[in-house]
Amino acid sequence: MTRRLIVHRCGPGITVQDMGRPGALAYGLSRGGAADRLALAEGAALLGQPDDLAALELPGSGGEFEIDGAARIALTGAPMKAEMDGAPLAWNACHAVPQGARIRIGGATAGSYGYLHLGGGIATRQVLGSRAAHLTAGIGGTVQPGDRLPLGADPAPDRHGYVLPADARFDGGTVRIVEGPQTAMFSASEQARFARTAFRRDTRGNRMGVRLLPPEAGFADAEGLSVLSEPIVPGDIQITGDGTPFVLLTECQTTGGYPRIGTVLPADLPRVAQMRPGATLAFEWVDHAVALGMETAEHARRAGLRRMLQRLVRDPAQMRDLLSYQLIDGVTAGHDDPDLPA
Amino acid sequence: MTGTWPRLSPLGVDGLLITFGDRLSETANRAALALRAALEAADLPGACETSTALASAYLRFDPARTDRAALIAAVEALMRGRDWYDAPLPDNRRLWRIPTVFDPELAPQLDEAAAAAGLDRESAIASLTARPLRVQTIGFAPGQPYLGSLDPEWDIPRQQALTDRVPVGALTVAIRQLVLFTVSTPTGWRHVGQTAFRGFRPESGKPFVLRPGDEVQFVSAPAGEYDALKASGPDGGATCGPLP
Repeated sequence: MTRRLIVHRCGPGITVQDMGRPGALAYGLSRGGAADRLALAEGAALLGQPDDLAALELPGSGGEFEIDGAARIALTGAPMKAEMDGAPLAWNACHAVPQGARIRIGGATAGSYGYLHLGGGIATRQVLGSRAAHLTAGIGGTVQPGDRLPLGADPAPDRHGYVLPADARFDGGTVRIVEGPQTAMFSASEQARFARTAFRRDTRGNRMGVRLLPPEAGFADAEGLSVLSEPIVPGDIQITGDGTPFVLLTECQTTGGYPRIGTVLPADLPRVAQMRPGATLAFEWVDHAVALGMETAEHARRAGLRRMLQRLVRDPAQMRDLLSYQLIDGVTAGHDDPDLPA
Repeated sequence: MTGTWPRLSPLGVDGLLITFGDRLSETANRAALALRAALEAADLPGACETSTALASAYLRFDPARTDRAALIAAVEALMRGRDWYDAPLPDNRRLWRIPTVFDPELAPQLDEAAAAAGLDRESAIASLTARPLRVQTIGFAPGQPYLGSLDPEWDIPRQQALTDRVPVGALTVAIRQLVLFTVSTPTGWRHVGQTAFRGFRPESGKPFVLRPGDEVQFVSAPAGEYDALKASGPDGGATCGPLP
């Protein structure tokens, strides 16, 4: 019998997301998928399942959820205040959830996108090979109160109580960029100034991209040209008509006609997607060969996330019913997974 | 920008862009389509996907499975291999005839666009429906065609302010091109006609209907027929046949 995630209450803009739909750029459909793919990989590592299963993407706030059967959840991405039947739940961790327990997820305390993962994944109908909502393409929609989302079969129902070290990608910082087709339209001094500038994230931003505000003059390109529309990719930094940069994210269009000063490394895109309005972001030029090495290193790191799992140590002072938690914790099985700590 | 064409540039860590010119031309458009087909056929090691825009082709590769220098050398060899500007159009092209309503209620910016082109309403409709237009690229939104080239008087700019939302099937104009919208979205293109044609059908086995190289003839239909066209299915009364 298929278990379901019951949505009792939810914030705006929540969608089902996975790794998206690569391969349809020629048809005008961008890949889409989770704004923070690292958060999907983290959820998969915590739950011991493939990273292409679908999760709920929570932009800024969560809601109240229940599962009509025993289940496991993992919470990753932008940290949010979370509790189960009134007891706090650790973030960046996986937990067992008894049938009927109420999970409440509040507002983000840092960053923009939190993720609620389910053991077995969310098993809504696939459209063009993915469950991801792609709202600009008219695929899927936002989650609504009263929704009952089907879950897949859980591959490891007894495995829970693990945590990953907290990550610091939620408040801006520095991201690495490479040159692209229009970088040379900007003078060397403008390219250098771009890398010296601390940009502030504008309030305008969504899954398609975020607008950045320079503290001083904008970066109008030297030749004052618009570019014949050509393929664009997530990470591209378009310089719009008023000289402000707009960094494209997962649900960007497939073609565009603004000059691009450079492109953010995919490994660093979660940092761009997660920063909040007002946070500062800086760019660092890197050579293409170096960038390729950085990218493959990040792929390897994500593939090895399971080795970074730690046992979740509960704080007895926060536990209302020590015994019940010991009972839940007692049912750990991980002996069949060599990557798991004892 | 000056320089020689075609030009190879990196696009992101995992992509290459081959550009055939900095303005749209019939030959650069054909070159982009033909090079993309050649990239697909070559199936280069590490290559994941290709696409085109009006005058450029894009190749995405998997950094973990690709020797980037070798891939660039292989693409450069392909680029040198022939005069791409002289390449034939794609095979299996089709001619679509799509009924279009130009009534002011469904085409609210026709008069404004016609005035910008120096035409009256009747001659604007005659000009837009005079001959088949080629799908120069599919892009921006899923299955969405850019069609051209219109006669020179249609070299009108996009409007400064965006229209809040045009409906699916909206026919819009700017810079000697028509865009037939496949999603409902804000746009700077002027809404000059309305079809009942759905170019993106995510629930269908063939979700993307038009292909680059196809030609589309818009056919003026009375406003009173729009509801019936819409009720007739996702083709909206359009017909399709092979091009010689």
